[in-house]
Formats: sequence, structure tokens, C-alpha cells
Amino acid sequence: MKMLEIKNLHATIDGKEILKGIDLTVNAGEVHAIMGPNGAGKSTLSNVLAGRDGYEITQGEILYKGENLIDLEPEERAQRGVFLAFQYPVEIPGVSNIYLLKAALNAVRKYQGLDELDAIDFLTLVRSKMELVKMDEQFLHRSVNEGFSGGEKKRNEILQMALLEPALAILDETDSGLDIDALRIVSEGVNALRDADRSMIMITHYQRLLDYIVPDYVHVLSNGRIVKSGDKDLAKELEKSGYSWIHDAPEGVGA
Amino acid sequence: MTDQTQQLETLTRKEYSAGFVTDIESDSLPPGLSEDVVREISRIKNEPEFLLEWRLKAYRHWLTMDTPTWAHVQYPEVDFQAISYYSAPKKKTDGPKSLDEVDPELLRTYEKLGVPLDERARLAGVAVDAVFDSVSVANTFQDKLAEQGIIFMPLSKAVQEYPELIKQYLGTVVPYQDNYYAALNSAVFSDGSFVYIPKGVRCPMELSTYFRINAANTGQFERTLIIADDDAYVSYLEGCTAPMRDENQLHAAVVELVAMNRAEIKYSTVQNWYPGDENGKGGIYNFVTKRAACRGESSKVSWTQVETGSAITWKYPSVVLQGDNSVGEFYSVAVTNNMQQADTGTKMIHLGKNTSSTIISKGISAGRSQNAYRGLVRMGPNAENARNYTECDSLLMGDRCAAHTFPYIEVKNPTAKVEHEASTSKISEDQLFYCKQRGLDTEDAVSMIVNGFCKQVIRELPMEFAVEAQNLLGLSLEGSVG
Repeated sequence: MKMLEIKNLHATIDGKEILKGIDLTVNAGEVHAIMGPNGAGKSTLSNVLAGRDGYEITQGEILYKGENLIDLEPEERAQRGVFLAFQYPVEIPGVSNIYLLKAALNAVRKYQGLDELDAIDFLTLVRSKMELVKMDEQFLHRSVNEGFSGGEKKRNEILQMALLEPALAILDETDSGLDIDALRIVSEGVNALRDADRSMIMITHYQRLLDYIVPDYVHVLSNGRIVKSGDKDLAKELEKSGYSWIHDAPEGVGA
Repeated sequence: MTDQTQQLETLTRKEYSAGFVTDIESDSLPPGLSEDVVREISRIKNEPEFLLEWRLKAYRHWLTMDTPTWAHVQYPEVDFQAISYYSAPKKKTDGPKSLDEVDPELLRTYEKLGVPLDERARLAGVAVDAVFDSVSVANTFQDKLAEQGIIFMPLSKAVQEYPELIKQYLGTVVPYQDNYYAALNSAVFSDGSFVYIPKGVRCPMELSTYFRINAANTGQFERTLIIADDDAYVSYLEGCTAPMRDENQLHAAVVELVAMNRAEIKYSTVQNWYPGDENGKGGIYNFVTKRAACRGESSKVSWTQVETGSAITWKYPSVVLQGDNSVGEFYSVAVTNNMQQADTGTKMIHLGKNTSSTIISKGISAGRSQNAYRGLVRMGPNAENARNYTECDSLLMGDRCAAHTFPYIEVKNPTAKVEHEASTSKISEDQLFYCKQRGLDTEDAVSMIVNGFCKQVIRELPMEFAVEAQNLLGLSLEGSVG
């Protein structure tokens, strides 16, 4: 089953074109890595998929499970199972982590026509998910991301993902700011969530994350286009040669 | 303007749900203020001579005063001769003796406002005094409270039944010379609540008053007096609404609290007077003097307020810490939207030894509103080891509103300690997008973020009031985000 189809996607921000014709198909159960140098459009792609304000889509389409995503609000996409693990998770002072988790889960359940979980069932569920990312229960009662270390913030993102069980997860630079231990814990959490019905797109600058979460496909994004696609070995190649060769590649290579 | 901002702007234009007018006959004095009007109010209320004298002294003093101009608010001059100083729903006899005698139209009004006047009150454990325009119309649970010697009744009734208590305490915390609006209130106050908790009694239920301004061109000048004698405890709630009208209406109340030795008073307000429309037309001028005296040693007074309504708010619930080891607290959420203006805060006057005070103020501004915190912390020469902690946080929604902080600190004792922290922040698009990406719609996301910001204050409110306050924040707090 096709989870996500991006066809000839062009997007601008403040009138400047950042995405210049992206084509990408992700099937159910696949993990795709999107790599590329700074400024290639990686973050724009994840923001556009999640529906962030401020981007204009000038051409192309995004189909998620066959449905056009572009006209949907961010929360409508989230409720349908599109999840973005943020590169910089925001702090929300005074709002406890457990409150946000519960509100998010119930929003998704409501869309699915399910009853809200009561406090006890919710707590049981959340505890089981916390083991995945080795988070202590005290995190539930702290304000969302406030005073969290870099690693704790990223683990919290994966906890949310584990709880919401999205069909399509976009992991934006999940490895940035992580030491090696935190990287291992986060990766184990993500790997545990790999599933035949769940697709993932990993956006990363560095190859090292892909040692822990091994992708089915690797794409290189440069100057708003996918210029090369391959399997996990492509990442190794990039590690050796860097991104400089891309600029010499002729238009339209890869995709 | 981004889509998200536009959505928020739309949410901001929610209608004021308490804005209906009740069609009820009322007896009003014609507009205008003079000694005759003051005498007439006193006569209608059949007041003893001492009270009339006091009113007249206040009135004469008021004539010598000028409107205060130091607050950070702007409005056209109030024409005090255009206001009616007394309005009461028409009564068949001498006034309702039980709920059955209260005009059903009036009861429906309170029902619409969610005030538990009848059986629901018993379940909720809240005793309610309801003030409609100028007079108190219903008072529940008086008998049950009376068993413990607690007096909870309209002030006008207390004047008849307990004149010596009134004489002993009225005007001792807020003297009529205190300020312009306090003097005006002292001259023309029409009703309000009176509470007396005898020595050693812990009031078994929350006491509550709902204020409602219904008639047009009427001022509401209620006066509340609460006395907690030695070792007594009481928690008191106050809620306010008014219909939507194009004219501005004046509300100049006075609240006096007296806490004797080891007594504790918790006073909570959810104020949702009509704020005017989005262009600043109409709305209540809320010019209120609230002050508590911690007279006894180790006494304690907490003010908690959630202020979302009124066109203009001018209000500084204060505590005079006279008794040694006494404690004063002020927890406030003040929300301004559209063209609203608020200048609110507190005064903590430390006179006794080892007195301590805490001020937590959360100001939220949206639309084109102006929101100011103004607070005074004064440590007197005898306030050995007095302590104050102040935290003032402002949240801005959009780029056309403003937040201001005016802290005044006066320390005359070298052992006193004063701490002040202040912050200003914005609801960021990042926070909103984050919540939306987790499946929450804009309305829920804003409500959640704002409630988080106000958490320290909301948790001080009694449970049933906290829920109401949270809903109110959800309704009136959505604004634009920059």
C-alpha cells in the first residue's frame, strides 16, 4: 500500500522557492532517509508535510493514504496519523507533560471514533510506552519540555510517537544534540516502533543515525530536489565523499 | 497576516454569553447625585442615623476630591449626574423571604448565568447571596449557617439586625476619605454582603455572591464587609456579569476584610463584567477598592482573582499586615482583549514583625488592549524580618497589545527582604504548531497554553470555581499571535 506520494512538489516561503519539484513514494512499512547539506530544503519538506503555516505550495500534490494532505489543517493531519518528531521541541510552561499527552491521544481517538481513555487506563498505557524510551515517571508531571536536556526532549518526542501510534512518522534531525547513549536509547525506541503498517521518513544531516536505524531507502536532497536515491550504502558513500559532489551533478539526476 | 493568526482573530470575536437583558420591572431613582439622593437611599433602606451621617460625610468629602488620573487607563470623563444611584427589582411586599417569593424571571436570569440558587446549591455546598442591580435578592442557607453563629446576609439587612457590628467595622479598613471611588461608594452604596464568622468557627461551606448589573444607566455600588474573628476561617467567592449595552456602566465597589488573631480569609473573584465590543463601545468601568486588614497576630488573607471582563479595570486588592506573623497573598490573572484596559495589582503593607506576603500576577493581553500590573510593597519601620516575594509575568498575544509593570517598593526596616521577578513572553507560533501537530485544534491549544501560564493562580481557586475560571479563560483568552 502506498502510504505517501509526493508528486512534483514546489513550495515557497516569503516568495522564495525552496522545494523545486520533489517526487517521492513511501510504501507502508518502509523507512526512508532523506539526507542533504544545510539549506537543501530538508526542514521545509518536513514542515510542509506537517502543514506548518508560512509555506506556499505552488505546484504538485501530496497524497497520504490516497487523500490530498495539502488542504488539511495540521491537527487534521495529526489526527489522521501523520506525526512529526520535532528537531527543536518547544517548551510549554505550566502545562504538564501528561496533560499534553492525554489531550493529544484523546484528540486522535476522537477522530477515530473511540472513547476518551480514563485516567487509569491512560496511565497504564503511558507507563508501558515510557519503558520503550527509558523515561522516568517524574517526566509526566514536569512542564512540557521545560528544563529538559536535549536528549530528554528527543526521548519525549519518541514517547509521544509511541503513544499516538502514527501511520506516518517524520523524524526531523532526531539525532541532533544527542550524545551516544541518548542516540542509542532514542534509536532503540524508534526501531521498536517499526512495523509493517507504519512508514517513517528520517531527515538527517549525518550518516551516524543510520547506523542505529537502518533505512530501506536513502535519498539525497539538494537545492530543493532529490538528486540521488539508493539503498543504505548510499549513506556510507556520502559519509566518505561529503556533499560537495552533488553540486556538480547535472540537473535531474536521480529522483 | 498568517492563516493561524487569522483563525485566532476569529476566535477572539466570540460573543459575550452573559450579555442578555432581563425584562423585569424595577424601581429606580432618577439619574443624578446630591445630598438629597444620599438621604433618599438611606431612607429607602431605613438606616439608623449614624449611617446616614457617615454617608453624608463621605458625600461632602467626595465633592472636594478629583478623579484619580495616575492609572494607566484612558476614558472619557464620567458624568456622575447621568447615573442612577439606586435600582431595585419591583417587589410585591417587603422583599423575598424565601426563594418561592423571588420573581421567577430573576431566577431564570441566575440560572442562565449558572448560579446555583436552589437545590443545586445544596449539592454544590455553596451558599449564595445574589445582588441584582442594587439589592440583594436571594440568600440561601442562612439558617444552616446561623446554627453555628455565622452571619451571612445582605449588608442592608445586617444594618437592621446587627447595627453595632456595622458601626464597629464599616469603613475601618477602607475609610471614606481613602480615594475618590471609595468616597463615592460610601455615600451611595446600596447593598452588598455581610459576613461574620464567630471565634473558633470554621465556615463549613464556600460563601458566594453573584453580582449582576441589569438596568441601563445604573451604577452598581455594592459594599462587602467580612469579619473573621479569632481562629475563624472562611472562603468567599464572588462572581460578576452584566448585559451588553452600548453605554458604559460604572461599578464602584468597596470590599473590606478583617482577620483577627489566627483567623484566615480566602477571597476569590471571577470577574466577567461586560468588556465592551471589539471597538471599545460599551462595557463596565470597574473601579473597585478591596482591602484586608490582618489585625490579629498570625492571621492570613488570600486574594485570588481572575479578571476577564470590564472595559476598564482599576483595582488593587490589598493587605495591611498589622498583626505579627500575619500573611498576605495575592494571586491574579488579568486578561484584556480587544480595547479593554486594566490597571490592577495589589498593595502589601507590612507593619508587624515577621509578616510575609506573596504576589503572583499573570497578565495576558490580546487584541489592542492595555494591561498593567501596579503593585506596592511597603515594609514599615517596625516590620522586623518581614518578607515579600513578587512574581509578575506578562503574556502577549499579537503585536497590537501592551503589557506594563509598575512595581513600587518601599523598605524602612533593614531586616526586611523583598524579592521581585518579572517576565514577558508571547504565545509563539512554534508552541501553537507543536500542539496542533499533536492533534489539538487552535482553540484547545491556546486554551491549554494560557491555562499553563496561569496555573499558579488557578490552583488557588476552590475547585468548582477553578473549572469555571478555566472555561472563562478558554472563552476570552484566544487572541492574535505574532
